[in-house]
Amino acid sequence: MLLNIKDLHVAINGKEILKGFNLQVNKGEIHAIMGPNGTGKSTLAAAITGREGYEITKGEIIYKGQVINDWTPDKRANEGVFLSFQYPVEIPGVSMTNFMRTALNAKREYLGQPQLKAGAFLKLMEEKKKLVEITAKLTNRSVNEGFSGGEKKKNEIFQMAMLEPTLAILDETDSGLDIDALKVVAKGVNELKSDENAFVVITHYQRLLDYIVPDFVHVMYGGRIVKSGGKGLALELEDQGYEWVKEQFGEE
Amino acid sequence: MEDKLSQNKVLEEVTGSDYKYGFVSDIENDAAPKGLNEDIIRLISKKKEEPEWLLEFRLKAFRHWLKLEEPDWALIDYPPIDYQDIIYYSAPKKKETLASLDEVDPELLDTFNKLGIPLEEQKVLAGVAVDAVIDSVSVKTTFKDTLSKHGIIFSSFSEAVKDYPELVKKYLASVVPYTDNYFAALNSAVFSDGSFVYIPKGVRCPIELSTYFRINAANTGQFERTLIVADDDAYVSYLEGCTAPMRDENQLHAAIVEIVVMDNAEVKYSTVQNWYPGDKEGKGGIYNFVTKRAACRGVNSKVSWTQVETGSAITWKYPSCVLMGDNSVGEFYSVAVTNNYQQADTGTKMVHLGKNTKSTIISKGISAGKSNNSYRGLVRVSKKAEGARNFSQCDSLLLGDQCGAHTFPYIQAANDSAIVEHEATTSKISEEQLFYCQQRGIETEKAIGLIVNGYAKEVLNKLPMEFAVEARKLLEITLEGSVG
Repeated sequence: MLLNIKDLHVAINGKEILKGFNLQVNKGEIHAIMGPNGTGKSTLAAAITGREGYEITKGEIIYKGQVINDWTPDKRANEGVFLSFQYPVEIPGVSMTNFMRTALNAKREYLGQPQLKAGAFLKLMEEKKKLVEITAKLTNRSVNEGFSGGEKKKNEIFQMAMLEPTLAILDETDSGLDIDALKVVAKGVNELKSDENAFVVITHYQRLLDYIVPDFVHVMYGGRIVKSGGKGLALELEDQGYEWVKEQFGEE
Repeated sequence: MEDKLSQNKVLEEVTGSDYKYGFVSDIENDAAPKGLNEDIIRLISKKKEEPEWLLEFRLKAFRHWLKLEEPDWALIDYPPIDYQDIIYYSAPKKKETLASLDEVDPELLDTFNKLGIPLEEQKVLAGVAVDAVIDSVSVKTTFKDTLSKHGIIFSSFSEAVKDYPELVKKYLASVVPYTDNYFAALNSAVFSDGSFVYIPKGVRCPIELSTYFRINAANTGQFERTLIVADDDAYVSYLEGCTAPMRDENQLHAAIVEIVVMDNAEVKYSTVQNWYPGDKEGKGGIYNFVTKRAACRGVNSKVSWTQVETGSAITWKYPSCVLMGDNSVGEFYSVAVTNNYQQADTGTKMVHLGKNTKSTIISKGISAGKSNNSYRGLVRVSKKAEGARNFSQCDSLLLGDQCGAHTFPYIQAANDSAIVEHEATTSKISEEQLFYCQQRGIETEKAIGLIVNGYAKEVLNKLPMEFAVEARKLLEITLEGSVG
């Protein structure tokens, strides 16, 4: 099993957001996590990636057989955990090329591999850019600065392609995307999918799941998973909205 | 070894007591007793075999200095300096020579390695005896040949006084008079040595001038004096300093840099300053009180100051431009980093006197730890400076919540046609930016380095290539341990 989250409780500033969350993900699988706003979906992404301020008060995150509760974010990243951010942040003055090269070489250093030569790196960049149809020159552009909403999301998937994660978490990657950009992003994900990696797709809407087809769909509510099923569950949600969830599992 | 010990002992006795006979001379050392008075100044001048006019200059400066009070308007705080407790002449001051790099402070070596300084160079910087100097000598010789072919003068200040007395006399103190300020007066009285550069008419200096290449450049002392003259249509790029942390026992530094730029001439002056900043508790460190000024005397003349200030416990420094010639241009690009207990009060003065003069100020302050970092700048447009323009941008970046960043812009415009723009921002490295980098596998300190370098990019890009690469690494090293 690649990821095993057991009875996870996570608090922000003392307020408990995740309340006994459980999830098992195997390699080769795509899991969709759906649910109404404010139910803890982004908190889950932050907890898995080790963001500061998200305190695990109970439970375990087991990744590749190891409890990673205390691992630094960069260690998790270098072990293959990737997050496609809902709101990618701008870093002025740092070119995408420099940023990506630093990231890639950090990972290679962690894994005891030699640093990538400039030529090989640039070739890899060009190759991966095509995957998500990025035509802009990234050398002169600062990380996410002046990128449109769609460009930012494409840029996240581009980075994912560069770093080849084992576990990729997509946090509301579809939000703010028009249908063409959505298709490009989905195509990128589908091409990267293999038997050696897994995806956790966090989304509010069913729309993305038409293009990234999940093996499992989980409905999250009140900080835990309240219902799991196959792809059909997503369609059901699309049909009925989240009202029935609130009725069945109580208003927060 | 024993010889050396006894020598040091003698020296200590001599310099530590009221030794009546002034100097003690031996092969290794040559030092005046502590304290400052006219006799000491006469001794300095005599030791340097200076002409009468220069001695007179020093004495006038000293007498003026006695009437001045140490300035206290800067946002810096330090215990009173005892000017009678300083040795004002000691030359040639040899550092203790170490047998091998094994004897060098490992922390220093660590920094050298992070900066990627070649092994042989590390030895020189750390004061290890080097056998293989043939290479560097040949480099220096080639260098000198190239310069003399173009008629360029690049020598130590003392040599220049001997070899080109008219030139020195003509330009010395013509930009920074000894009456300018307390530390300028002090420097004028006791300056030890420095560099002299003269670029003749129409000559474009084909290489970047760096004190590193000047023979006998080591140990110009704590009261350095530099004079650069670019005659009509000349160009030169001058590099001051060294990115490696130099060992230095002198706490007080008061230097002067004067630049004269004639018609259509251009001077680029780049500094990387990385002197000892003191320890993490704020003990020790260099006090750096510098007066740097350029006079754009000619039409269409141009001066660019670029500085990366990461060292010193106290920095008091305002490289300025006096734009006298019509259409002359002054630029100031600065990155000042303070960490732990460092204090920096730095900026520039742009004085617009000629018509259509332009100035640009880009200042990037970065404060971390418990440090204080101030930008202080003056833009003055005189009545006659028709069509003067200035653009200033002063940004401050804070790391943590115990440091301070301050901006003191002064604008005096006496001409209605002047356009003066000032922009200022203060920001913090956001947790979001840090996490974004970490999530891509970049550890915290590296991430800070990356973000800070991005923030300072506009200024770093102004540095000559090889300088810029080291300056970038230096920023990362300076900010190590500043977060988390």
